[in-house]
Amino acid sequence: MRAVDTQRYAWHSLKGYRARTLLMLLAMTISVASVLLLTALGEGARRYVMGEFTSLGTHMLIVLPGRSETAGAGAGTMMGVTPRDLTLDDARALTRHPKIIRIAPLNVGVAEITWQGRKREISLLGSTREILKLRQWKLAAGTFLPQSQWDRASPVVVIGKNIRDEIFGAHAAVGQWMRIGDQRYRVIGVMASEGRSIGMDVQDIAIVPVASAQSLLNTPSLFRILVETKSREAMIPVKEFIEKTIQQRHHGEKDITVITQDAVIQTFDRILGALTYGVAGIAAISLLVAGILIMNVMLVVVSQRTAEIGLLKALGASQSRILSLILVEALQLSLIGVACGFFIGIIGSWGIRLALPALQAYPPLWAMISSVAVALGTGLLFSLLPARKAAALDPVRALQGH
Amino acid sequence: MIRLEQIQRDFQVGEQIVHALDHIDLQIEQGEYVSVMGPSGSGKSTLLNLLGLLDRPTAGRYQLNGKEVTEMDEAERARTRNELIGFVFQAFHLIPRLTARENIELPLILSAVEPDLRRQRVDAALAAMNLQDRAEHRPDQLSGGQRQRVAIARATITEPSVLLADEPTGNLDQKSGADVIKTLEKLNDKGITLIVVTHDQQLGKRSQRAIKMLDGRICADNQQTD
Repeated sequence: MRAVDTQRYAWHSLKGYRARTLLMLLAMTISVASVLLLTALGEGARRYVMGEFTSLGTHMLIVLPGRSETAGAGAGTMMGVTPRDLTLDDARALTRHPKIIRIAPLNVGVAEITWQGRKREISLLGSTREILKLRQWKLAAGTFLPQSQWDRASPVVVIGKNIRDEIFGAHAAVGQWMRIGDQRYRVIGVMASEGRSIGMDVQDIAIVPVASAQSLLNTPSLFRILVETKSREAMIPVKEFIEKTIQQRHHGEKDITVITQDAVIQTFDRILGALTYGVAGIAAISLLVAGILIMNVMLVVVSQRTAEIGLLKALGASQSRILSLILVEALQLSLIGVACGFFIGIIGSWGIRLALPALQAYPPLWAMISSVAVALGTGLLFSLLPARKAAALDPVRALQGH
Repeated sequence: MIRLEQIQRDFQVGEQIVHALDHIDLQIEQGEYVSVMGPSGSGKSTLLNLLGLLDRPTAGRYQLNGKEVTEMDEAERARTRNELIGFVFQAFHLIPRLTARENIELPLILSAVEPDLRRQRVDAALAAMNLQDRAEHRPDQLSGGQRQRVAIARATITEPSVLLADEPTGNLDQKSGADVIKTLEKLNDKGITLIVVTHDQQLGKRSQRAIKMLDGRICADNQQTD
């Protein structure tokens, strides 16, 4: 039998049984499309988060008090000894390094604000003017914290958009005096709503000078020091510089941890990558289900076409011929299903990108290749049993329709 | 030429073994016209299936055109069916989704004949069966007689040496049946070995040689003259 004729014969029988052909196509299409769509979403989410992190500035180092790993039995790791506080002086000591562009000390706590009898509990952030550029925040109104001595407290506050809406409502917030704890502060600016920060919603915080926060929260210690370096290459020497400087200042104790933005990004990259593989795995199960459906339908097909198979044998078709006819039929079906699913997957992810432009939902290449390969593979694999059953039919009984 | 020696075909039915063919010796020369008659269960269909290589004997030897059939493997028997044997069934066994032309073409497709040559031969077969204007019709658009003529065209398209017909007129009315018989006999006149299994006494009388079967044995084998 010529290959062309095999293809044509299989194609004829696909067309001859429209309902089951469409049913199997549907199963194949849905599963391939779902692999592409789900991985596109996973990839989109990964890219989105990566983009968020990158927007924080990739050359950023975060200094936090305490060590997250054991470094031998130094004095600071002895039981019951809390790490030394990170202070404003520590932060100031870091400004000397030429490869550091900006430094922002951070202080975080909870405070109650009051304005004309309205009260709200908020997250209070103490920092300096540098943090605006360092975290690439934007202002909606007014000005940010003034450039001033870090240890000078001043009664000014920049508030998030939600606080503005809830406390001041329709009133203009900038210029108003409100209470934070028991002190009076003047609102000098409002943060724009698109201000982004991981782990903290800029819309819900109030920012005051770091010295003011220290007095409000009644603590000299800092929560973090954010450091931005000139370049990516500068990060490692700067990190060493920070560790050395602080160690000297803390009487030789290594009691701080310096995290690079890179490490955080890599962690998220790994987590979200795993997530994408996870959803791809779930979608792959639907491919398997489609394969089993194909097997079932092909089994029905074989029993429906028993007489035809018997006839083909009588006309001179060998077992291997019957086997290849059925397999070619299944392969054609899988190919069309894969093509439809692929098309829908690509169109669908385009639709997602239109609806959610922030999510760059492109199905990854590995998902495209493997969904096609797995779909064709299951299509063939699960047709093998029905095809062998057909090939093994006894022609005499098959002709009688048994 | 067909030669059967001590052919046995046993079936297991429940716990009993049924001898569908019981030590059959038979020789049929090329170009003979043989009818096989006998009551249901006498083994005539089993004999026909065996002659057509659709079934294998439990014991005995079968030579077809000098070749030992019982020693062939599955693929070889399939090829032999394609080249040397034509089947005509009571139920026609046309593939419903294919046209008359495509049905007739099937054996040629299976033996990988080139499309141009296929077309020529199918055209000739359609003309011989007087079916030219039915070429593009599907079986459900044909009468019973036409369907059986399509089936005969299909059975003879590879120019086999043996044509096996199992109750070829069983599903047809008197006139179509007579037409089909005439068609088969015309093919026999041109040299094909024609073996017809039938219940029909009239049909049985037309053949040159009449074999009667009972309980898996040949009980009568007569040359007939009209």
